Amino acid sequence: MTNLDQLLREAIELFNGIDNTVELEQAKARYLGRHGRLTELLKGLGKLAPEERPVMGSRINQAKEALEAALNLRRDVIQEKQLEERLVEEALDVTLPGRGLGTGGVHPVTRTLERIQSLFHSMGFTVASGPEIETDFYNFTALNIPENHPARAMHDTFYIDNDGKDGQLLRTHTSPVQIRHMEGNRPPLKVIAPGKVYRCDSDLTHTPMFHQVEGLWIDENANFSALKGVLGDFMQHFFERDDLPVRFRASFFPFTEPSAEMDIGCVMCQNGCRICGYTGWLEVLGCGMVHPNVLKHVSIDSEKYIGFAFGLGVERLAMLRYGVTDLRLFFENDLRFLKQFN
Amino acid sequence: MKFSENWLRTFVDSRLSTNELAHALTMAGLEVEAIEPVAPAFSKVVVAEVVSLHKHPDADHLNVCEVNTGSAGGGEPLQIVCGAANVRAGVKVPCALNGARLPGIAIKPTRIRGVESGGMLCSARELGLGEGTAGLLLLPADAPTGADFRHYYELEDKLLTLKLTPNRGDCLGLTGVAREVAAITSQSLRLPTAKPAVGQIDEILAIHVDAPDACPLYCGRVIRGISLDVPTPQWMLRRLERSGLRAINGVVDVTNYVMLETGQPLHAFDLAKISGAITGSIRVRYAAAGEMLQLLNGENLVLQPDMLVIADEAKPLALAGIMGGNESGVTQGTTDVFLESAFFSPDVIAGKSFSLGFSSDSAYRFERGVDFGGTRSAMERATGLILDICGGTAGPVAETRGKLPRRDPIGLRLERVRRVLGIDLGEARVAELLRRLQFSFSIAGGFFAITPPTYRFDLAIEEDLIEELARIHGYDHIPPTLPRVSLGMLPEPEIRKAPSRLRQILVGRDYQEVINYAFVDPTWESELAGNKMPVALKNPLSSLLTVMRSSLLGGLLSNLQFNLNRKQSRVRLFESGCCFERSGETYTQQEKMAGLCYGDAMAEQWGTAARWVDFYDVKADIEALFWPSVADVAAATHPALHPGKSARISLNNKIAGFLGELHPRWQQKFDLPKSVVLFELNMDVLTTQTLPKATEISKYPPIRRDIAVVVPENVRVQAMLDCMYANRSSVVSEISLFDVYHGKGVEDGKKSLAFRMLLQDTEKTLTDAEADRITKMLINVLESRFGATLRN
Repeated sequence: MTNLDQLLREAIELFNGIDNTVELEQAKARYLGRHGRLTELLKGLGKLAPEERPVMGSRINQAKEALEAALNLRRDVIQEKQLEERLVEEALDVTLPGRGLGTGGVHPVTRTLERIQSLFHSMGFTVASGPEIETDFYNFTALNIPENHPARAMHDTFYIDNDGKDGQLLRTHTSPVQIRHMEGNRPPLKVIAPGKVYRCDSDLTHTPMFHQVEGLWIDENANFSALKGVLGDFMQHFFERDDLPVRFRASFFPFTEPSAEMDIGCVMCQNGCRICGYTGWLEVLGCGMVHPNVLKHVSIDSEKYIGFAFGLGVERLAMLRYGVTDLRLFFENDLRFLKQFN
Repeated sequence: MKFSENWLRTFVDSRLSTNELAHALTMAGLEVEAIEPVAPAFSKVVVAEVVSLHKHPDADHLNVCEVNTGSAGGGEPLQIVCGAANVRAGVKVPCALNGARLPGIAIKPTRIRGVESGGMLCSARELGLGEGTAGLLLLPADAPTGADFRHYYELEDKLLTLKLTPNRGDCLGLTGVAREVAAITSQSLRLPTAKPAVGQIDEILAIHVDAPDACPLYCGRVIRGISLDVPTPQWMLRRLERSGLRAINGVVDVTNYVMLETGQPLHAFDLAKISGAITGSIRVRYAAAGEMLQLLNGENLVLQPDMLVIADEAKPLALAGIMGGNESGVTQGTTDVFLESAFFSPDVIAGKSFSLGFSSDSAYRFERGVDFGGTRSAMERATGLILDICGGTAGPVAETRGKLPRRDPIGLRLERVRRVLGIDLGEARVAELLRRLQFSFSIAGGFFAITPPTYRFDLAIEEDLIEELARIHGYDHIPPTLPRVSLGMLPEPEIRKAPSRLRQILVGRDYQEVINYAFVDPTWESELAGNKMPVALKNPLSSLLTVMRSSLLGGLLSNLQFNLNRKQSRVRLFESGCCFERSGETYTQQEKMAGLCYGDAMAEQWGTAARWVDFYDVKADIEALFWPSVADVAAATHPALHPGKSARISLNNKIAGFLGELHPRWQQKFDLPKSVVLFELNMDVLTTQTLPKATEISKYPPIRRDIAVVVPENVRVQAMLDCMYANRSSVVSEISLFDVYHGKGVEDGKKSLAFRMLLQDTEKTLTDAEADRITKMLINVLESRFGATLRN
């Protein structure tokens, strides 16, 4: 009896002192192998008196189960420990930089254009486009700017050398898209036209190519008050403000009547800076009610429909939004500048 | 339009401060671009008389002056040392007293080379009154000694600059601006009136207008016996100067002055230079082709038949409404003049000075429209001033009058005002606003009939009047509202791949977007893009940027060069933009997307061997752009690209663009140390995609078979793939190349290609035997078509 208990104690003690599975299996064999001590005991059962056999047999089997349980427990402990060690060995320097291709970025003007488009899209404006080489008719005449009108001289137009024939030019504004869109669609119309425009002018604050977004809303009730509402709302959302001061000044564009310039409170300063010319106001867009002559050109009944149009300068908004102080940086394409917008 | 604020305030009594006035004008559409003080701040400067002077004992260039400053100096003469060359006894000059603060300096008693000096005699520059000439600012002899100089010189004044829109020609005269101020601020106007000069002589120069449509109103008068030796009065010179006009002579100064005041350009001819002046006449006619005229600006002009001239019996004297002729101009010796005040039709003047390449104050006004209702009174105003300043006697005004622009009443409906502006102004308010604008009108049941004044050329339709009402009412007083509309969803075509998504694909593959000018160096077009007939500009900004691009590559390469010069070593760029080509009489304008890669395929990093970017890296980028469509790539040449490393890309037999390595010749020309890979694709091909169509997924497992074959080097992989696909059993679902091998075990001039095949039967599980048979069949095809041998 005591022998069996003794043997069990000894075995468990032995197992618990072992740290690797190979030795553990060897130790197991010493008790449970073919010639193991417990196996021998089982073999010796036959020598016992028949009435003792079942009692002894059952005791040995219990001991065997206990031994196997202890072995399993020890195996788990050893495996767990080995895993721990492996995990420690395998640990990475997670602070090493990630590998692979980097990520580029879109141009700040594109970024701004996409932002403008998505804001107007949220108000139900679709996007229209038109050619950049335009005809004199679409760029001027259809927009109520007849030949020799002083407004033409203000536009600094690039003309195409067309073997002496006139009338082809680089569009000076995105407004011709208004006309093309109204020719092909009937009101109500709610559309924006983003794109490149060209003026024969280059200095600190002018580049010969720049981007505009034209907007047009023709409906039965798209009135001047709505124009103020829509454009005011846009500026608040573009600059993510709810208190940005805006104002509308009377102005003149041949294709709108009444016409206005929209200013926003300077976003670069509190009390006057170089950017706002110490006025506290920044001119951001031109707008107005579509001139009845323009509607007449595209056979829209100006008694039934009214509407407004606007044209905003994308570079200007990008400069104000991101604090760019030199317009020319947009077209130099210096990676050190461009990557700031990624 | 630049003018003295004080002058404006003589016409309209506004209690607004300068800034308030500027704000009111700006909001009403007359944008005040600049407000500048006439002079910088300074104090204690008085009018002084140099009584006597003697040479400084110890300095050649200095004088010791005794200066009388009247009561300002306490009655005692001051001793002042002066270094100016033009100091003389008896001159009147501005003198800064002790304690005066001038721009940059404070005046205190001092000793100059041992002689006491109590004050400073001033030049214009020292007082901040412009550069002036060196030396003291000499004042007229009648300047009151001891008077405060700022007051005497009217320096408490500001210069306002208006940025006028082209519709407001009526504000190119100060009285027009005053009229606006009166309307905006509800103040009354005080305009100068000129009594008609009583004809002291009865001499008339007959006027014949041959082109009455071009010149519907012409007033002329002879003035004899003037003297131009008398200086133009200071007050007039000051106002002219503050509007940026130089003093010329009494008569010209008056015509300029009246133009600034009324907006009516006037011209004076030297009567002696008009041939046949005594008996003859003045003719307003179109020029005959080839007639010559030397203008006041010295330019010799060959006249064209669409140019209107003022002529005598022999020759053109002036380009009507634009500029006078040099020969008939008023000069110092002139004693008799013929004074002209006329109305030339804007159509005749518009565009002329622009096409002639110069501008004039007169043309600028006539092309915008001059008040024909004030032509005659401007003549009287100028006559009065000339007689006052230059003396002489005036003859009667000869006037010819034709068909002047009509001013028909314009209808205005209250209901339309409400509809366009979105607010209800009401009949009383509209009437009040119209009165403030000095428009004559009648009302009947919400309907106004309004007759525009002669000075307004911009009022033709109802909307023009609505703008006037809104302007004077104040845009600020129209509340913003968000319109109520019926909501509908917007179309969202799924077969269109948005350009923004294409950009994001390249951004995700480490490309940086650039934007270049669309005009380029013509050599890029002819050589890089192979476009011998580019779209050219008639008036390019520089000789380098004269043609429109048909390709984006030149811009990308110059961006590369620019950034390499700034120490960048790895540059990956893309651009999308319109490209232009001639197409017979018209132009094709096509959006393209192009990219450039230079440098290591991946940025220098740990655990990755550096490898220079090559054709196949960029090919993968293009595949990503087209995905899930698969574009065809075929060897083809392009003027910009290495002939052996370039390909044409097409999709569904539509050419999409090309891909390749920059031609070594161009690499050298752009001074690039290593190779560059470029691509350019048409946006319309990239932006179309097909809708996905789902098919059933097979229940049976696929079998993979790999084969490696050796083929001659010149065999194209695409040809092998095409051939295998064409001859495959229907259970072969995919064939792809996964390895290319040269070297040990493969003889020179050959290559080993490893293909992977996926076999998939949708009906049953394939047996190995079937799979082997199908694979063997494809190997046989490769053997017979391409001389392939199976590699073991």
